[in-house]
Amino acid sequence: MTDQQLQLKSIQYRQKLLRYITEAGAGHTGGSLSCVDILNVLYNRVMNVSPENFDHPDRDRYIQSKGHSVEALYVVLADKGFYPEAELKTLCQYQSPFVGHPTRKVPGIEMNTGALGHGLPICVGLALAGKMDNAQHRVFTLLGDGELAEGSNWEAAMSAAHYKLENLTAILDHNTLQITGHTRDVCSNEPVDEKFASFGWHVVSVDGHDLTALTKVLTAKPIPGKPTMVIANTVKGRGVSFMENVVSWHHGVPSPEQYEAAQAELIQKQSALSEVR
Amino acid sequence: MSAPAPSMFSPAAQAMIAKLGLNKGRANLEEFAATLQELAERDHHIIAVTSDSRGSGKLGPFGKALPQQIVEVGIAEQNLVGIAAGLAAAGKKSFGVSPACFLTARALEQIKNDICYSDVPATVVGISAGVSYGALGSTHHSLHDLAALRAIVNITILVPADNFETREAIRAAAASEHPVYVRFGKAAMYDLHGSNTRFEVGKAITLREGTDVAFIATGETVIHCLLAAEKLAEEGLSARVVSMHTVKPLDEQAILAAGRDCRALVTAEEHSVHGGLGEACAAVLMQAGVTVPLKIVGIPDEDTVTGSQADIFRHYGLSMEGLSQAALEQLKRAESLV
Ligand SMILES: Cc1ncc(C[n+]2csc(CCOP(=O)(O)OP(=O)(O)O)c2C)c(N)n1
Ligand SMILES: [Mg+2]
Repeated sequence: MTDQQLQLKSIQYRQKLLRYITEAGAGHTGGSLSCVDILNVLYNRVMNVSPENFDHPDRDRYIQSKGHSVEALYVVLADKGFYPEAELKTLCQYQSPFVGHPTRKVPGIEMNTGALGHGLPICVGLALAGKMDNAQHRVFTLLGDGELAEGSNWEAAMSAAHYKLENLTAILDHNTLQITGHTRDVCSNEPVDEKFASFGWHVVSVDGHDLTALTKVLTAKPIPGKPTMVIANTVKGRGVSFMENVVSWHHGVPSPEQYEAAQAELIQKQSALSEVR
Repeated sequence: MSAPAPSMFSPAAQAMIAKLGLNKGRANLEEFAATLQELAERDHHIIAVTSDSRGSGKLGPFGKALPQQIVEVGIAEQNLVGIAAGLAAAGKKSFGVSPACFLTARALEQIKNDICYSDVPATVVGISAGVSYGALGSTHHSLHDLAALRAIVNITILVPADNFETREAIRAAAASEHPVYVRFGKAAMYDLHGSNTRFEVGKAITLREGTDVAFIATGETVIHCLLAAEKLAEEGLSARVVSMHTVKPLDEQAILAAGRDCRALVTAEEHSVHGGLGEACAAVLMQAGVTVPLKIVGIPDEDTVTGSQADIFRHYGLSMEGLSQAALEQLKRAESLV
């Protein structure tokens, strides 16, 4: 897949997730927009996972610890062919499998998440099992920066380094916001890179919206004996000007007018992209 | 563009509400926040502790008015409860406020040991309890909290049904020298009580007298029982409705009286049918030798259906229709037992 095709996907994913959030009248808009480029790269460039190999033990594993950004994951999994995209019209509706947080009722989802601070310990278990079985697959998780206040993350960070889990990569959606406001004002985790480094992790920072840079970092060979923390510097609400860096879009749902305005912006980005081609 | 939220009440139930002339109040969540602020303005030892939950707890105004009386810990419920316990041990009246699902599962050990075992005057406030979070799914539901906390010593469990009960529960918690758990939802509630109703921890409130069947209910299910009782009355049956706002310690007298006076019982709760109010009532009745047909209506032991709180209530029969049907079935059982 070319860089341009990948960029196009990022725009389309944004259009789709906004559509399904708006139709459902519920969702976590800001965090889905901040992590969708990461998911795009993971699923289309990095991970060996597809509907065809999903029950194969050697598939790469992805656990979305910041489960609330499920809408981004649902549209990416639909695009990967795990289910027809039309099924997302039932998001959060009565009796739908598409619950408002990741659930194994939905094909392509490995573990149920949504309570923060669970993904990293689960991934330590998955990565340990991989090592026990001499498997070659990799394990990925996506964490929120507000989420890092949960102590379980730091317990798992110690375990991952202790067990030398180079097959584990955690990605931090470092958008610097949570529900109440700026993470630095709510409960600061800075300097987050030094914290993980001192816990024994290999730490890299990257622009979390630069698909090429993300690809490079996420396909790099792991450092033997060290888990990797990718600090992806992102913008909450990225891609829709009036949602960017605005706290209330954490779980804001667009009004019909806002929805139209957002789509118009994204369509414009899409045509700008095809002109470059 | 978003789909209209389905109503908690069928058209028939809405007509019944109109017939009873019930007044729609605000969300118990809002009543809680206003009451806590009122109390905290007078008592500067009252401290709210939040975990990125100030907005969800409607404590924005509290934080603005009393910035010295609110402690934010970030997304860290275990830390929240530990800190609330420490504050309480140092003479503060702490109120730990966070979604019930996270507080009572994630931080259960801190509740058990730091607050309850050490017996400090901290209040754990479980907001958006039960299935208030609807389609956000099981991670966000608290259907285990009453069961878990009933098994822990020293804690009083309060589950208010309306704004009045919420206000009184928060006042009682502020006045208590021991651990308290209060849980409620975020939907607007109808006022169920007249102006001369008295609230006392551990004493159930009888909303409606009756001798054929009794509903014993707690929290946001009480209104549905009241409507069911009225529906049964239209069919010539006499149904009692008891609001069991205190789940621990239980008002055993009220339960036994209902079991002795009525031919059948139905309990209702926004909780798993395991370990909650229903099983607590059954234990009281059985041990006193009162045998009466009983149906426990709550959320069954299965993957909870996806949907709004209203969808989930309707799906599992926590509705005027479902509860009146449950009562009729139990009355039928009672007849076949005679
Ligand atoms: C254990 C737990 N506590 C609280 C919440 C409620 N919650 C959902 S999202 C969120 C804020 C998350 O902020 P952050 O981790 O920075 O995510 P992002 O900014 O990427 O959306 C909170 C508090 C939760 N889902 N789980
Ligand atoms: Mg964040």
